[in-house]
Amino acid sequence: MKRFIGFIKKEFYHIFRDKRSLFILFGMPIAQIMLFGFAITNEINNVDIAILDHSKDATTDEIINKISASKYFSINQFIDRESDIEPIFKKGKIKAVLNFEKDFSKNLIKYNKATIQIITDATDPNTANTISNYVNAILQKYQKELNKDMTIVYQIIPETRMVYNPELKSVYMFVPGVMTIILMLVSAMMTSISITREKELGTMEILLVSPLKPIQVIVGKVFPYIFLSIINAVVIVLLSIFIFKMPVQGSLFLLGLESILFIISALALGILISTISATQQTAMMISLMGLMLPVILLSGFIFPISSMPLPLQVISNIIPAKWFIIIIKGIMLKGVGLEFIWKETLILLGMTVFFIALSVKKYKIRLE
Amino acid sequence: MKTILYIIQKEFKQIFRNKGMLPIIFVLPLLQLVILSNAATFEVKNIKFGYIDNDHTSTSRALVEKFNASTYFNVLTDFPSEAFANAAMLNGEVDVVLEIPNFFERDLQKEKHNNLGVTINAIDGAAAGVENVYVTQIIQRFNQGLKVDLMQVSDKQIQPTTIETIPLFWYNETLNYKTFMVPGILVLLVTMITLFLSGMNIVREKEIGTLEQINVTPIKKSQFIIGKLFPFWVIGMGLLTVGLILARLIFNVPMLGSIILMYFYTSIYILVVLGIGLFISNFTDTQQQAMFISWFFVVIFILMSGLFTPIESMPKWAQIVTEFNPVKYFVEVMRMVMLKGSGFIDILPQLLKTALYAFVMNGLAVLSYKKTN
Repeated sequence: MKRFIGFIKKEFYHIFRDKRSLFILFGMPIAQIMLFGFAITNEINNVDIAILDHSKDATTDEIINKISASKYFSINQFIDRESDIEPIFKKGKIKAVLNFEKDFSKNLIKYNKATIQIITDATDPNTANTISNYVNAILQKYQKELNKDMTIVYQIIPETRMVYNPELKSVYMFVPGVMTIILMLVSAMMTSISITREKELGTMEILLVSPLKPIQVIVGKVFPYIFLSIINAVVIVLLSIFIFKMPVQGSLFLLGLESILFIISALALGILISTISATQQTAMMISLMGLMLPVILLSGFIFPISSMPLPLQVISNIIPAKWFIIIIKGIMLKGVGLEFIWKETLILLGMTVFFIALSVKKYKIRLE
Repeated sequence: MKTILYIIQKEFKQIFRNKGMLPIIFVLPLLQLVILSNAATFEVKNIKFGYIDNDHTSTSRALVEKFNASTYFNVLTDFPSEAFANAAMLNGEVDVVLEIPNFFERDLQKEKHNNLGVTINAIDGAAAGVENVYVTQIIQRFNQGLKVDLMQVSDKQIQPTTIETIPLFWYNETLNYKTFMVPGILVLLVTMITLFLSGMNIVREKEIGTLEQINVTPIKKSQFIIGKLFPFWVIGMGLLTVGLILARLIFNVPMLGSIILMYFYTSIYILVVLGIGLFISNFTDTQQQAMFISWFFVVIFILMSGLFTPIESMPKWAQIVTEFNPVKYFVEVMRMVMLKGSGFIDILPQLLKTALYAFVMNGLAVLSYKKTN
């Protein structure tokens, strides 16, 4: 035991001696979460649009004013011909053109009906669709003003209550996601590389002939990183509470325990990667190339999992990050206790045990 | 010139000798392109829907039937009371709950209007907004149906003034996400591979100690750097080629613009990434540090590229930050040229900025590279 503690001490020295790595380890996650927490949003604001007004009368003026007054749009230019639309779309800045028909006001008075085309650059389907919905909403409100004297019979009015995030802040979505990505990648990368580094430099052999058991060597190497990741997790949680005003409706203690579980599962994954790679470069490429995009795309961090095709929904189950994101959102935003997230917790626990078992098995084979 | 060729040859041999690396360089990215492009969609489908029907009349059943018939809503659960619905919402089993009040039908006939409770899980604010629109649309259509059913024929109404909107979705009428995502994800994979490989390459020689040996040989700094980076440039272009073929064959992504223009732009773009990689190599002592720094920048490049979330919606300062993100320009150019058929003049601003970036990055990298330590 004494030997083991000595070994852990040595590992700590090793890490703390390398000031640059330490700076990177703590500085970068903080910089990232600040940057993303403030910058990333999937709301749509200030979209540049152009106006093609064939009518140029009082009504179209009024509509254009209403549109430019909304925070969603900024009117970038006025064009005169249909043939101008294609070139401005190709330049890429303008995302939509509103095309008012000729004699707009006149038609509205004479036939009670006038037409606007909403031409959107639909290479980005989400933005195109949202623009179209927003313009429609603005026009509907305007129509209501026009028709305010008319009573409409039989009306069912939905009273909508948005729960857990009444202001629809997108930061509530992104902070848990960024937190997960940082903890996952930092933990997995750190362990995978620190073990392969010993292999590559040849010092692993020396460790293996020492009187420490292989399992002690592994645990000893991983232990300092558990410690560092926990500090990282604490810093991230504090930032999200104090800077991004994320609520913690549930128990902070439970959040801590779950974070430790997730960190250990990521570290175990790192160990597994190190057992299958011979050089640091391979380990890095597997943990960076292999983990980064799947974690970002399949964890429900940005894109809703329920909208994905069924095979991908199935695959998303093997991403530990997916379960951790459900857990954090549950504790922080919904305020649930373990009785609601025991299933996710068990799955994470199972994965951790599986990674550790598999790496112990692989590790022993190397020794013989 | 001959020296460079020999170094290039040596580097290629070194890359291809490492059998474990090849699948990581080519198979892993392409596999991800094929699989993950399907994951990236903001469409809101299969909404988990539940309802509490306190009325149990033909009107309330007809309303629920409308939701049942809609393709957006899935898994209709009938909750006996609000408590059950709340528990299911906490558990994540249901995302939208509709509550039909007591005497819904009777009040509707008497008062001619009525309220309905709709509860939406809004943790994903954007999805919640869309779900709200769907619910409102269905209820509005139900309203119109009611008018026809319940209104007396004699109730002559004045025609309301309506402004008709005709949405036209250019370049992607079916609003297919894959056409949008595939070029973007391909850009990411090309960037990641070239950055990671080049960022860790020279520092690896430093760490193992072989850089010393090269430094005492009569190779010029520029020859060494070109020889080191050229193979990665080739790998990047190769990856782009295979990726474009897959995009065309598997995802049927249109290629409206000029392929030559795309290759021309990419050839300059990869120089930017290689310059950044070399720069990182120069300022680190170990592969571990190089990896962390590359990872730090890649995550920022990805999330602030406009690939997944729109740049216009970011705060002003963040938009300025994105001006320094090479991935942003690459994503824009790929989407413009491939999907819209933009030409040389259209992408000229991006092209100039990228070329300037490449020049500055490589200049800095070469200047900061020291042959003697």
